[in-house]
Amino acid sequence: MKLITAIVKPFVLEDVKGALEQIGVLGMTVSEVQGYGRQKGHTEVYRGAEYSVDFVPKVRVEVVADDTLADKVVDAVVEAARTGKIGDGKVWVSPVDTVVRVRTGERGTDAI
Amino acid sequence: MEGFDSGDTAWMLASTALVLFMTPGLAFFYGGMVRSKSVLNMMMMSLSSMGLVGVLWVLYGYSIAFGNDVGGGLLGNPFEAWGLKGLFVGSYSADVAESSYVLSGSIPALAFVGFQATFAIITVALISGAVADRMKFGAWMLFAGLWATIVYFPVAHWVFAFDNEDAGVTGGWIANQLAAIDFAGGTAVHINAGIAALALAIVVGKRKGWPREPMRPHNLTLVMLGAGILWFGWFGFNAGSALGANGTAAFTMVNTIVATCAAMLGWLVTERIRDGKATSLGAASGIVAGLVAITPSCSSVSPMGAILLGAIAGVLCALAVGLKFRFGYDDSLDVVGVHLVGGLVGTILVGFLADPGSPAAVAGLFYGGGVDQLWRQVVGAVAVLLYSGILTFVIALIVKAIFGGKIRLSDEDEATGIDESEHAETSYDFSSHRGLAGVAGTPRPDAATAGAQSVVAGKEG
Repeated sequence: MKLITAIVKPFVLEDVKGALEQIGVLGMTVSEVQGYGRQKGHTEVYRGAEYSVDFVPKVRVEVVADDTLADKVVDAVVEAARTGKIGDGKVWVSPVDTVVRVRTGERGTDAI
Repeated sequence: MEGFDSGDTAWMLASTALVLFMTPGLAFFYGGMVRSKSVLNMMMMSLSSMGLVGVLWVLYGYSIAFGNDVGGGLLGNPFEAWGLKGLFVGSYSADVAESSYVLSGSIPALAFVGFQATFAIITVALISGAVADRMKFGAWMLFAGLWATIVYFPVAHWVFAFDNEDAGVTGGWIANQLAAIDFAGGTAVHINAGIAALALAIVVGKRKGWPREPMRPHNLTLVMLGAGILWFGWFGFNAGSALGANGTAAFTMVNTIVATCAAMLGWLVTERIRDGKATSLGAASGIVAGLVAITPSCSSVSPMGAILLGAIAGVLCALAVGLKFRFGYDDSLDVVGVHLVGGLVGTILVGFLADPGSPAAVAGLFYGGGVDQLWRQVVGAVAVLLYSGILTFVIALIVKAIFGGKIRLSDEDEATGIDESEHAETSYDFSSHRGLAGVAGTPRPDAATAGAQSVVAGKEG
C-alpha cells in the first residue's frame, strides 16, 4: 500500500477530488497548510508598513491506495492540479506498512 | 416649565446613545487591528472604560468638568455636584408644564450630564490603542481612573464649560478667556488622548519583536465595521454638541459627512501613490482621521472648507502613521498618527478656514480675520498638549511604580497572548477538537443510543 501526499493550490481542490472519485478512490484526508517552494510569498502593506508573508496557503490531500492504484492516483492528482504556473505544488508517494479500520478491526487492503 | 424644549431634549437623548455606541465601535475598530491572540483584551480596554469612567463621572467627574470654577478657569468644584447632588431633584410630572427640574439651557441638566459622560468614556478608551497586546489589565484600569480624574475632567472643564452669567456659573479658560474654537473636542478629546497615548506607550515600552516581527491586523472586516459605527455615533458627538435640535446641529452634521468623505479619499490617494495599492485599512483609517479633524471645526468652517480640511487631514494622518518607525515608539494602533495629528490639523486649521457665515461666526486668516483666531487655536492646542503629555507621563510612571515596575506582561505571557494570560479566554474557536472539556470531563456519545447508531449505519464503509 502507498500513501500519496499532494500539496496543491486551494482552488484546484474540487477538481482533484472529482478526478480521484472518478478513478475509484473512496476516501481522502484534506488539510489546510502553509508553506513555500520556489513560488515564495508575497508582501502586504498596512498603514504604509510592509510585511512580507513567506508562507502561502496550500491544501494537503492525503490518500492511501493499493499499490496497483497508486500511479493512477498520482497521475489524476497531477493532471487535475496543474495550471502551468509557478506554485502548483508537489505530489509524493511513500510506502505504508499497515492500515486498520477502527470500526471493524480489518487490516491491510481490506481496510482502505 | 419655562425654557424647556422637548425637540432639543429628544435630540440630546438620542445623541447620548449615539456617542455611547462609539466606544463599542472603537472596540471593533481597535480589536480588528491586533493579532487574534489579543483581540479580547483590546476590546476590554474600551469596554472597561465604559464601566469605570461612567461611575467616576457621576461620583465627581461631572462636577470637576462642569461645576463652578474654583479659580482661573482651571477646575470645576469637585464637591458642588458630587454624586450629581442638586441636579436630579424636582417634580417629574408627565405634563411638562407641571414639572420642575434643573435645566441646562433648554434641556434637563441630566441630559447634559449623560451626554458628556459618553465623551469622557471614549476619550479614555482612545488611549488604549497605543498599548495593545502587552499592558496588564489591572494597570490599565488604574491608569484609566487616574487619567480621567487628573487629566480629562479638568481639560473638559477648560474646553467645554462655558460661562453662564444668568446662572452665576464660571467656566474654563480655553472656552471663555482664550475663546479658542473647539466645538466638540479636538483639543479636549483627540489631542488630549493622542499625546497621552504617546506618553503611555513610551512608559510601557514596545511589544516584544516590534517592529522586526510582522504584527498584521487579524480581522479587517471588524476594523471596517468599527469605522462605520464610529462615523454613525460621531453624528451625536458633533451635531449633538449643538446641544439642541437646531440649525447648528444640521450644519455640523453636513460637515461631519463631507469632511470625513474627503479624508477617506485623501488617505486612499496617499496610499495609492506611496504604496501602490488603496487598502481597506486605509479607508477605515481615513474615515476616523476625517472625523477627528472635523470635530473641533464643524461649527466654524463652510462645507467647502470642510472638504479641504478633511482632505488635508486624510493625507497628513496617512503620512504621520509612519513616524513611529522613524522615532521607535510602539504606538501600536496609531493613536498618535490619527488622533493627535488629526486633532491638531482640525484645531489649527480653524484659524485659517473659519468662515464668518458659519454658526461660530468667526473669520479665519483666509477670510480676512488675520491671525487673531489662529493664535488662540494654537495656544489652546499647545496647552492641552503640554498638560496632558507631562501629566500622563507622570501618571504612567506612578502606575508602574505601584505595580512594582511590572506594568506589562512577562515575556512568556505576552508570547502566549494577553487574552489567555490576562482574561483566561480565547476570542475565536475555529475547531471543536482541541481537547476542550468541562472540569469534570464531557461524556462521549454512547454507541448504544439510537442517535449514534443511525449515524454509524449511514456511513457504512
